[in-house]
Amino acid sequence: MNQLAIKELLYKIADDQLILGHRNSEWTGVGPTLEEDIAFSSMAQDKVGQSLAFYKLLHNMGENDPDTVAFMRNAEQFHNCQLVELPSGEYDFSLIRHFLFDFAESARFRRLSESSVKDIADVANKLKGEIKYHTMHANIWIKKLGNATDESIERLQSALNYAFPYALGIFEKSPFETDLIENGVFVGEAQLQEEWLEEVQNVINQTQLILPTVTDEEIKYGGRIGKHTNHLQPLLTEMSEVFKIDPTAEW
Amino acid sequence: MYGGGNSFEHLDLDRSLENEDPQLLAEFEARIARGEKIEPSDWMPALYRKQLIRMIEQHAHSEIIGALPEGTWITRAPGFKRKMALMAKVQDEVGHAQLLYAAAETLGKPREKMIEDLINGKSKYSNIFNYPAYTWADSTVISWLVDAGAIVNQLANSKGSYGPYCRALDRICAEEAFHLKYGHHSVIHLSTGSAKQREMVQAALNRWWTPLMHFFGPPDKMSTHTEILTRWKVKMSTNDENRQQFLDMYVPKIWDLGLTIPDPNLKKNETTEKWEYTEPDWEEFKRVINGDGPCNKERLAVRRRAEERGAWVRKAIMKPVEKPVTPLA
Repeated sequence: MNQLAIKELLYKIADDQLILGHRNSEWTGVGPTLEEDIAFSSMAQDKVGQSLAFYKLLHNMGENDPDTVAFMRNAEQFHNCQLVELPSGEYDFSLIRHFLFDFAESARFRRLSESSVKDIADVANKLKGEIKYHTMHANIWIKKLGNATDESIERLQSALNYAFPYALGIFEKSPFETDLIENGVFVGEAQLQEEWLEEVQNVINQTQLILPTVTDEEIKYGGRIGKHTNHLQPLLTEMSEVFKIDPTAEW
Repeated sequence: MYGGGNSFEHLDLDRSLENEDPQLLAEFEARIARGEKIEPSDWMPALYRKQLIRMIEQHAHSEIIGALPEGTWITRAPGFKRKMALMAKVQDEVGHAQLLYAAAETLGKPREKMIEDLINGKSKYSNIFNYPAYTWADSTVISWLVDAGAIVNQLANSKGSYGPYCRALDRICAEEAFHLKYGHHSVIHLSTGSAKQREMVQAALNRWWTPLMHFFGPPDKMSTHTEILTRWKVKMSTNDENRQQFLDMYVPKIWDLGLTIPDPNLKKNETTEKWEYTEPDWEEFKRVINGDGPCNKERLAVRRRAEERGAWVRKAIMKPVEKPVTPLA
């Protein structure tokens, strides 16, 4: 099996988790209620912890140690989808992003737990249990706010319209897609997107919201090959500000 | 995290207690003297209720405002270990606020009202959070020493008379013990690290020493008379007692790390077994507590902005307009 293909797969998962975890942590201390403040922090901790699990797998395959990989790369070396790097914005956008992303992640871990690569299957199997609570959380809030006041419905709809083309970018195909599918490593992005869309549509149907129609040209691809919005580099610069004072030091 | 130096209301004892039933008051005091806890539905003097609301509310505000100076370092924490630990640590502080607002609510004041009083400046929070955390090292000194100070104060208060507050404090102290370990561990790494790291942590300690001495509140000789609050087990130890305990426990640990405490007069008097130190500037303390500190405006502005940005969410969950879902077919 092509090791590059597996590494590419692991990098995009790990980078997604790290960047979204970082974004979710920005709500600490300023959430709309104390309970949501705490919930976003929990999800942030899970995500950063999950990214570490994948960076460790990469380290076992000969890549640099997790701290170096996470804190020393530039934006064009990151494989995350653009959705996760967008600024946290208001709670409506953060909630919609969490909903769209975590359903994709849940489907991804479910499928990866069947992977022919045992190390990946083991990690995915464990994380499947964690992500369940993230989708439960998203479900409750989307159904609540998507049916509550005119303002909450309008806000969520507008955030959904903005986020959806980016969310479809989660499923940007790897250059090694066929290889991964044929070797049973991963079911592939197209299949994943189909499963995701069904679940997302099912929740949206229970609200006053409408999934927007997006043309292929409007989908925000590029993140997986290091093409990012202008928001990623400032995030990375901030994240590594202290680490880079002395990357060889123990902090 | 929370320090002593609660701002208790001036007590006009003759008038504060004149409307209370003397028999009920005597029974109440006897229960406290026997070490019983007072529960929300029990009879209590109006003054007891008022002072407890004030104290628990200040404590809750301190947790939520205290999340801000350290919270700004979550996105900059160096390495996975610190990033994950700091996220969990600051999350705990927000969780403490939640617990404490709930404890204060049992006395009749709603959370929304308390937060409103915080934002409009009517109620106070711990003064120490009005100082900035300039560097990563500041955040580690806060996690270690401010939390250490808070534990001294909170352990004492957890032996108080009001049941819901004591139970909240028991849980809080258990979590703070982890914060202390995290903070100490981080400071150890800096103070035994590179020259740059040692310089960072020494500079942070220099900045935080005066706020730490202020943290326990003015000297007992300058403090409001609180005899009745002591008898009612609302106030469990004096500011000087807490400060002495903190110095006793942490000065040796700070010195062990090769750090210098920026007070040449700091030493333990072997005869009295008390620490002697330069009195911090109490005029500065007063200025800061009255709103004129380096970060008062910023802290309240951040909190106010968070409340404004989240208003639509709270409105939506409090007063949902139930709309039937339109059938698709």
